[in-house]
Amino acid sequence: TSSAGMAAMAMGSLPAFASLTDDEIAKVTGGAELGEGAITLDAPEIAENGNTVPIGVSAPGAVSIVLFADGNPVPNVATFKFGPLSASRTASTRIRLARTQNVIAIAEMEDGSFQKASANIKVTIGGCGG
Amino acid sequence: MASGVKPRVKVPKTASAGETIEIKTLISHTMESGQRKDSDGNVIPRSIINRFTAEFNGQNVIDVTLEPAISTNPYFQFEAIVPETGEFKFIWYDDDGSVYEETKAISVS
Amino acid sequence: GNWARLAAQQALTQDDLLAFETFGNVSLIHVTDIHAQLKPVYFREPSVNIGVGENKGEVPHVTGADFRRLYGIKDGSPSHYALSSGDFSALAKGYGRVGGLDRMATVISAIRADRPDALLLDGGDTWHGSYTCQQTAGQDMVNVMNALRPDAMTFHWEFTLGSDRVTEIVEGLPFAALGQNIFDAEWDEPAELFKPYKMFERGGTKIAVIGQAFPYMPIANPGWMFPEYSFGIRDENMAAMVEEVRAAGAECVVVLSHNGFDVDKKMAGIVPGIDVILSGHTHDALPEPVVIGDTIILPSGSNGKFVTRLDLDIRDGRMMGYRSKLIPVFSDVIEPDAGITALIDEQRAPYEAEMSEVIGKTDSLLYRRGNFNGSWDDLICDALLSERDAEIALSPGVRWGPSLIPGQEITREDIWNVTSMSYGEAYRSEMTGEFLKVILEDVADNIFNPDPYYQQGGDMVRTGGLGYSIDVSRPQGERISNMTLLSTGEAIDPQRAYVVSGWASVNEDTEGPQIWDVVESHIRKLGTVVVGPNNSVEVTGI
Ligand SMILES: [Mn+2]
Ligand SMILES: [Mn+2]
Repeated sequence: TSSAGMAAMAMGSLPAFASLTDDEIAKVTGGAELGEGAITLDAPEIAENGNTVPIGVSAPGAVSIVLFADGNPVPNVATFKFGPLSASRTASTRIRLARTQNVIAIAEMEDGSFQKASANIKVTIGGCGG
Repeated sequence: MASGVKPRVKVPKTASAGETIEIKTLISHTMESGQRKDSDGNVIPRSIINRFTAEFNGQNVIDVTLEPAISTNPYFQFEAIVPETGEFKFIWYDDDGSVYEETKAISVS
Repeated sequence: GNWARLAAQQALTQDDLLAFETFGNVSLIHVTDIHAQLKPVYFREPSVNIGVGENKGEVPHVTGADFRRLYGIKDGSPSHYALSSGDFSALAKGYGRVGGLDRMATVISAIRADRPDALLLDGGDTWHGSYTCQQTAGQDMVNVMNALRPDAMTFHWEFTLGSDRVTEIVEGLPFAALGQNIFDAEWDEPAELFKPYKMFERGGTKIAVIGQAFPYMPIANPGWMFPEYSFGIRDENMAAMVEEVRAAGAECVVVLSHNGFDVDKKMAGIVPGIDVILSGHTHDALPEPVVIGDTIILPSGSNGKFVTRLDLDIRDGRMMGYRSKLIPVFSDVIEPDAGITALIDEQRAPYEAEMSEVIGKTDSLLYRRGNFNGSWDDLICDALLSERDAEIALSPGVRWGPSLIPGQEITREDIWNVTSMSYGEAYRSEMTGEFLKVILEDVADNIFNPDPYYQQGGDMVRTGGLGYSIDVSRPQGERISNMTLLSTGEAIDPQRAYVVSGWASVNEDTEGPQIWDVVESHIRKLGTVVVGPNNSVEVTGI
């Protein structure tokens, strides 16, 4: 458990950042329709540590992939632009998540269309086990 | 920032022509987000690596824009095509203007 | 009284307990979650163990009389005492203590007499949980377990010794240290120190044992103690390992798991090709395996109380059949192995004087297991409230720690058996009512999330001075209501700050006296412990 683990965390009412994320996604896509299925997002069910959460994205045929976290004060996380020597349009990194939230990946494909994938990642204070 | 910043990269030493290889990079960096406050309540200024690029013999592999949500010691893993013998060049751009570079040679048999 | 014990012992013989008709060509021996209990103990199984989602009403979420009905176990029988709750104090007086590594050694030797090349597999939570284990940083358990000659082991609480100590021990282990899900955190690659699996040639067949360490180590325990490592369930890598060992000729695939039972069930449904999962972490003991598809899952209890024997018939690269027995280690019935007894006494000798000091006495049954509370935890919460002058106490829902029966003296060793750990500081701090709700909701979701992959295998954080209602069927954020400060009967005010004391924080900078000292001081003042019924948690949605 980690009841006490919480003691140091600042608590307050949690604002909803989701619409902020929608705005940021619209800036990338210009409001275009978002397809699904051609992009995958790899993420843990539960973050071992909210300060460093492994995220992998893959979208064969993508020009770029943009990552958002809809529960962070600033939703933007990173933009990956793939060059001519990028093999599989795949990238992994580690990100900070302030709390349980959705991570969203938007890929711009070579034909100008967009793809979306998202994953809910739990950031927990933990429970004590057997 | 700029103290103790140290890039590390894992690239295979050899590959066959046109092969896809996996690359992993790490750079030690606090990635100060600009959202934290010090004990006096003053905002600690943002200081992050804001861009990372990888290229091979002058051709781009990946170009990443980083926001403060990227963790301390930014880590990237990606795949590259190796058309010929040559050199990978990795560049990290710091908010403070510093630029860190690392190169790795790979030979194609 | 004594006559009851005599009667029980006469009714029960070592031969009965060990009786097994050898089957097939391979034997596996499973021990798990010993929590450093070198000597026999009392251990009461839980009376409350709620299953959710698909596991609602399924074993191991069946307790007491329902459990006995399900398995046809007679009331008052040895199996009743060993496997289920109900009438515990009376049965304990009759049947006596359970476990002890010297008795386990006798069981293991008997199986090896039938099948000399049986594999002995340790599911972990071995180097944690007692006075001597803490004083020797696990060396006592390493010394005694090495004498039992295990073939492989996986891990959980071992990591709370810190990664330097874990490395030091593992490098010297004369058997395989396994964990396919133990990764180097920096480069996201399999950790070099721990192999994913080991191949054995036994009974003319190739057997692969794949290790699965506790997936949520850095969440349930302090990640700062082992920052080099990342864990997780990693069932895709598990599937890859199963394929790898099959390709290498494995005719039987055994997973030595510290996932916890429900996680093992889900994993068995996702990863094809596993024949046997030897299940640990959630401390369940079942008299027969649970079968998921072609995979059999056997959980072998905790605290040295059981040894599982599993005989397999492996032919033409397939498991054609099995026979298993969960052997309860009745310590007054099973003859101790004299060599191991001597070795145990040697480990304990330097600490015997401090350990055996009597601190108080209990008139109540002291036990830990149960989803919401246990009388040991009630006592620990009382100690925190009074010794740390707090309004509310929080105690972690761990599942280890033996029981004491009414009339027993409480020694320092007994207190350490239910508290010892490398991060035992009893903190005292202020938390708002809102924040306390967040804690309860968060921990509740780690236990009652309907998806086992979100469960961490512990029980609910225990509260002192704080009552609440919980609807286990609701989603996170909606389970907890009616939070009440018991001293005044007033509703908890979300905005007000309360003085809270607790222990086992995963935070690196936690300060406070060690919990065992807090509890010792409290018991000394009480003299005789009496723990009343605990009605502070109202449970619905079952
Ligand atoms: Mn355990
Ligand atoms: Mn465990």
